[in-house]
Amino acid sequence: MVSKQARKQREMAEKGVKLFGFWASPFSLRVKWALKLKGIEYEYIEEDLKNKSPLLLQYNPVHKKIPVLVHHGKPVAESLVIIEYIDETWQQNQLLPQDPYERADARFWAKFFDEKCVPAIMGAFSKVGEEQEKCVKEARENLKTLESGLKGKRFFGGETIGFVDISVPWIGIWARFVEEIVDIKLIDAETFPLLNAWFQHVLEIPILRECVPPQDKLLVHTTNFHKRLTAGST
Amino acid sequence: MADKVILLDFWPSVFGMRVRIALAEKGVEYESREEDLFNNKSPLLQEMNPVHKAIPVLIHNGKPICDSVFVVQYIDEVWNDKAPLLPSDPYRKAQARFWADYIDKKVYDFGKNVWTTKGEEQDAAKKKFIECLKLLEGELGDKPYFGGETFGLCDVALITFYSWFGTYEICGNFSIEAECPTLIAWAKRCMQKESVAKSLPDQHKIYDFAMQNKKKFGME
Repeated sequence: MVSKQARKQREMAEKGVKLFGFWASPFSLRVKWALKLKGIEYEYIEEDLKNKSPLLLQYNPVHKKIPVLVHHGKPVAESLVIIEYIDETWQQNQLLPQDPYERADARFWAKFFDEKCVPAIMGAFSKVGEEQEKCVKEARENLKTLESGLKGKRFFGGETIGFVDISVPWIGIWARFVEEIVDIKLIDAETFPLLNAWFQHVLEIPILRECVPPQDKLLVHTTNFHKRLTAGST
Repeated sequence: MADKVILLDFWPSVFGMRVRIALAEKGVEYESREEDLFNNKSPLLQEMNPVHKAIPVLIHNGKPICDSVFVVQYIDEVWNDKAPLLPSDPYRKAQARFWADYIDKKVYDFGKNVWTTKGEEQDAAKKKFIECLKLLEGELGDKPYFGGETFGLCDVALITFYSWFGTYEICGNFSIEAECPTLIAWAKRCMQKESVAKSLPDQHKIYDFAMQNKKKFGME
């Protein structure tokens, strides 16, 4: 016999929001930022990426990755898809603009960053020699293009923080580790004054800042990640 | 003031076809401009999509929208009086966007590898391509369309590849229908819609185009 209280607790949990994530993942961080900005209560489940839980594999059978948001027991995967879902389900503090043209523009830049900047930065991080140089050049060119998309505004969203502002500035932290570990110039303030200023504006916001993983732990994690990526290559 | 809509397009492009379908579904009048992508991209294309210099680009009253899945969503949001391409429920919308993203990440590259490679490489490409289609077929299930009862974003995103199926099959020497009969039944259902039938080139035309332009796709 299930007590009334236990049943109520289960109902509340199912109504609730769960986030399956990984502490060092910037894609997890994006979703946390969206939830924080909306003031949404959620249960966070830390995944061991070397030993993914059966629940995660059940919720994201296609990609088997985090982050996954589960709401009313129903899963949503892919960080940018999740953020749009959050924005449409909880209407306060809108992340995407109302105007369709500006919405398309916001989606465009977030995707540009994910498809053109992130892989190039990963290449710069994991490769060596000429191949690395090629990736660094590509990353810097694409970051310059991204900077031009900012059009000198304080946030991509204009006066207030929006979709692109929570999707991109994590790179301001992660890039520093990349630069330190592989000894390259990536997003230096001299070449990218507007991009760096933008990262600061976003990272200054207390509820966002407090979600960022501890820098010392992140440096160790990123260093070990680099060792694994480059193992076997001289 | 009347809407001025221009589509910068390239007739064999699966991405361009998606926008043609969306505009036809909504009954939007537009001017189509064919881009000579291989030899001579127009100044307008370079100005309207300076980042990628790629089609499709929708120019609505002078303002450009790029990236086919975003263009289709834009069209759905602006011309919202008929033929909704996305459901109104946020969860179902998220599912549609998830699968459109999956289609974008997998189908184009796997398909391209099927028709541009040979031997062992091609065998591996065929296997990946079929696995991908089977996954999509599983997602479709016994629904008439990916979104359910009505034609929507995922259907638009995937159906355009149907025009290239003949090319994949001839080059890969296999039958997609034999592997994924439910998916082909879905494709034929979509092709019965006027918006789709008039937006997709004939499969033979696509095959001829592919064979004439092998070099440009990285084949010798």
